[in-house]
Amino acid sequence: MSQTTYVPFEQALKVYEPVFGLETHVELGTKSKMWCGCSTDFGADANTQVCPVCLGLPGSMPVVNRVAVESTIRIGLALNCSIATWCRFARKNYFYPDMPKDYQISQYDEPLCFDGYLDVTVETPEGPQVVRVEIERVHMEEDTGKLTHAGGATGRIHGADYSLVDYNRAGIPLIEIVTKPVSGTGALAPAVARAYVSELRDVMRALGVSDVRMEEGSLRCDVNLSLNRPGEQWGTRSETKNVNSLRSVERAVRSEIERQASVLDLGDRVIQETRHFHEDTGRSTSGRSKEQAEDYRYFPEPDLVPVAPSDAWVEQLRSTMPEMPSVKRARLQAEWNINEFELASLVNAGALDLVEASIAAGVDSVAARKWWTGELLRVANDTGVELADLQVSPGQIREIEELIALGALNDKLARQVFEGIIHGEGDVASVIAARGLAVVSDDTALLAAIDQALSAQPDVADKIRSGKVQAAGAIVGAVMKSTKGQADAAKVRILLLERLGVSE
Amino acid sequence: MTSISRDEVAHLAHLARLDLGAEELDHYASQLDVILQAVARISEVTADDIPAMSHPVPMTNVFREDVVTASLNRADVLSMAPAVEDDRFKVPRILDEE
Repeated sequence: MSQTTYVPFEQALKVYEPVFGLETHVELGTKSKMWCGCSTDFGADANTQVCPVCLGLPGSMPVVNRVAVESTIRIGLALNCSIATWCRFARKNYFYPDMPKDYQISQYDEPLCFDGYLDVTVETPEGPQVVRVEIERVHMEEDTGKLTHAGGATGRIHGADYSLVDYNRAGIPLIEIVTKPVSGTGALAPAVARAYVSELRDVMRALGVSDVRMEEGSLRCDVNLSLNRPGEQWGTRSETKNVNSLRSVERAVRSEIERQASVLDLGDRVIQETRHFHEDTGRSTSGRSKEQAEDYRYFPEPDLVPVAPSDAWVEQLRSTMPEMPSVKRARLQAEWNINEFELASLVNAGALDLVEASIAAGVDSVAARKWWTGELLRVANDTGVELADLQVSPGQIREIEELIALGALNDKLARQVFEGIIHGEGDVASVIAARGLAVVSDDTALLAAIDQALSAQPDVADKIRSGKVQAAGAIVGAVMKSTKGQADAAKVRILLLERLGVSE
Repeated sequence: MTSISRDEVAHLAHLARLDLGAEELDHYASQLDVILQAVARISEVTADDIPAMSHPVPMTNVFREDVVTASLNRADVLSMAPAVEDDRFKVPRILDEE
């Protein structure tokens, strides 16, 4: 299909300036749906969480979920928005089988929250730079059913013979967060877009309003982008959908800058259209041309009365606001006395909250960072799970650290204790007992192991006796091996040198 | 006065996926025109000091609590579908007009 030769990113930016905007959809983590009491649990059997309301059966009537409204107001407050004193829902009419009503209940020109901003930090060669992304609106709507396209070669929408619909997702509370156009970021545009979505995700997590798992679709992103020459009017924008990971946000912005530059360089016009991003190629393909907004024939939803948050209600919700992620990061960086780089590695590993909780549980701050960004992160990466999903508690880290301090465990044994805990072998004490992981501190047993190692390597023994103390490492290593790591290496070394009558 | 063109009716028919013939378009265009003219009489009595009203009852903030209630039995749900496959509603191919 597309044989486009893309203009390289750096070259594109010498000629054009990008302007982008992001529309982010967040599925709220309410127990029940937006207008009915059906469960929102992810992964249920198809069409088992549906009722007359979310199936759009005649005569059914929606009623707004109070918690969904409260979560939206809290999101608006977190994004420094004004909260509407009165607003309505609207019907967005369209003909597509993902909505059995043939309309989606959304908000049109009266969003619940509007005119806010989110400050994000991006890394530049000159150091971290803060960019303010302005928020146009935050509005409430409902998610749609999930379509599986069958019969086509690719499983994608084009070429499908028919589609299968699961309405479990239809009616789950969905929040749309729309930025104002972001201009003037130049080559930083891809990084700013990514940092914005990442920061937004952290804000949602801090608020506890959504699990914001991009891979499960509870946070989805559309990228609007246009290019213009310096000093000229903004260009025609495209909208790229299906951008479903932080990495894809960055790649989609970059790719679209390259694509539009190649179109403009040829003297062609950018078409206002919807494009679909493909994770595998990092490129997008043209989708349906964008219907004009008036084609949706929005009108006020007659089945739902307006929402009119009182000042008292908003203030009560404001009092439930947690510490925002950016504030928390700055506080912890100061408390732990770490640099920007160390902070970034903790944030990127998803370890910040875990380290904080461990310190609160009584673990030394250096040890807490060491375990979470060292051994535990390695295990999480190897097994492909999030750090937070490893079944290791701050209390268990404290127990292990206490045993290390007492000399009953060393770091190597501690790693095995963590492995046992992660494999579900029980708590710290039972893993140590079941695996026999106590440090061998019995001198007689250690001396026997040392003698055995010396007789196995008589040449090394002679070297040490002749004063080459650095050769002791080979014997210590052999002892550690024969005791399966359950000895204190420093102690073995002392005993060994005593045995041979050598001093350091 | 208000009048709706035949083209506008054809556009609306397309949006609603209604397959209307030439005679039907003329028929509905003239009928809709009469309806629109009747409704337009309301604008003769509106004034700037009367706000547009979307809801006849002046109520706000009607909510339900976030509580899960029973869903329908799936067999009952799917029995309403014209076609079913793999416990899902089977629908014709989409975007075939492109």
